[in-house]
Amino acid sequence: MNTVEREHKFAHHFDSAEHEHETGKFGVWAFLATEILMFGGLFVGYAIFYNLFPETFVKGGEFLDWRYGSVNTVVLLISSLTMALAIRCCQVNNKKGAITNLVITLICAGIFMVIKYLEYTHKIHEGLLPGQLFSYTGDVGGIENMGLYFSFYFCMTGLHGIHVLFGMILITWVLIRTMRDEFHSNHYTAVEGVGLFWHLVDLIWIYLFPLLYLM
Amino acid sequence: MSGNHTNSHDEHHIMPVSVYMKVIGALLFLTFITVWIGQFDFGFLNTAVAMGIASVKAALVLGYFMHLKYDDKIFRVILAVSVLFLFTLFVFAYGDIVTRIAQTSTL
Repeated sequence: MNTVEREHKFAHHFDSAEHEHETGKFGVWAFLATEILMFGGLFVGYAIFYNLFPETFVKGGEFLDWRYGSVNTVVLLISSLTMALAIRCCQVNNKKGAITNLVITLICAGIFMVIKYLEYTHKIHEGLLPGQLFSYTGDVGGIENMGLYFSFYFCMTGLHGIHVLFGMILITWVLIRTMRDEFHSNHYTAVEGVGLFWHLVDLIWIYLFPLLYLM
Repeated sequence: MSGNHTNSHDEHHIMPVSVYMKVIGALLFLTFITVWIGQFDFGFLNTAVAMGIASVKAALVLGYFMHLKYDDKIFRVILAVSVLFLFTLFVFAYGDIVTRIAQTSTL
C-alpha cells in the first residue's frame, strides 16, 4: 500500500478534484438513466405481450435451461462484487488489489459470454428463432406464435449481451490505466464510472433472469 | 492544487470489505430463493413474487455496490426520475392495450 498522499491535477474549470469526480459521476448517472429507459421499453413490451399471450411465454420459458441462467446470474453477481472491490482498492491506494479484482471481473464477464454463446448456438441450431424465422419442428404445445417469445428473448438478451461486451472493453481500458498507475485515492473517477455501468448491466440481468428463464 | 484540497478524499465514503461480503451473500441467497420458488405455482402471484425478489436484489446492488446509500442525494433523484418515466410509459402503453374493445381492435 502506498501511504504517500498523491494529488490529482484536475481540469481548470473545476473547483477541486472532488468537484471533478462528482461531476463525472453525475454524467455517468444521467447516461444510466437513458439506459434504464432503453431497456425499459423492452420490459414494457414484454409485460404487454405476456399479458396478451401468456401461454406463449410460459411455453417459451420451457425452452430455456434454468441452469445456464442461474450460473450466469451467479457469475454476473460475483463480477459486480469484484468491480465494487476494485473501486474500494483504488480508494485505499491498493493497486495490486485493484488489478486482481478487475481481472476477475473480466474473467467472469468472459464466462457469461461463453455461456451465452452456447445457449445461442443451441437455439439457432434448433430453429428456436425470432418471429417468422422460427423453424423448430418439435412439440410447441399447439402454440402458433412461438416466434414472438424468441423475438423478446433475442432482443433482450442480445442487447444485454452487447452491454456485457462493451463493459468488457471499458473494464480493459481502466485495467490498463490502473496498471499504468494512473489512479489513486484522490483520483479514480474512470474506475467508478465504469463500475456504475457494470452494476447497471448486472441490475438488468437481475430482472431478465426470472422473466425469461423462470416464468 | 492548494492545501485546502488535500483532504478531499476524506469525503469519499469507504465501506469495509465485510459489508461487500454480506451484500454478495444476500444476493446469492436471494438468487437461490428465486430459482427454488420457481418450481411452485402461486398462480397470478408468480410474476409479483419473482419481481419482488428481483427488486430487493436491485436495491442491494444500487444501495451498496453503486454507493447510492452514501452518495449525494442527486444520484437517487436521477434514478427516481428515470424509473418514474419508465412507469409512465408502462401505465399508458399497458393501459391502452388492456382497455381496448375487442370488436374494434386492429390487434
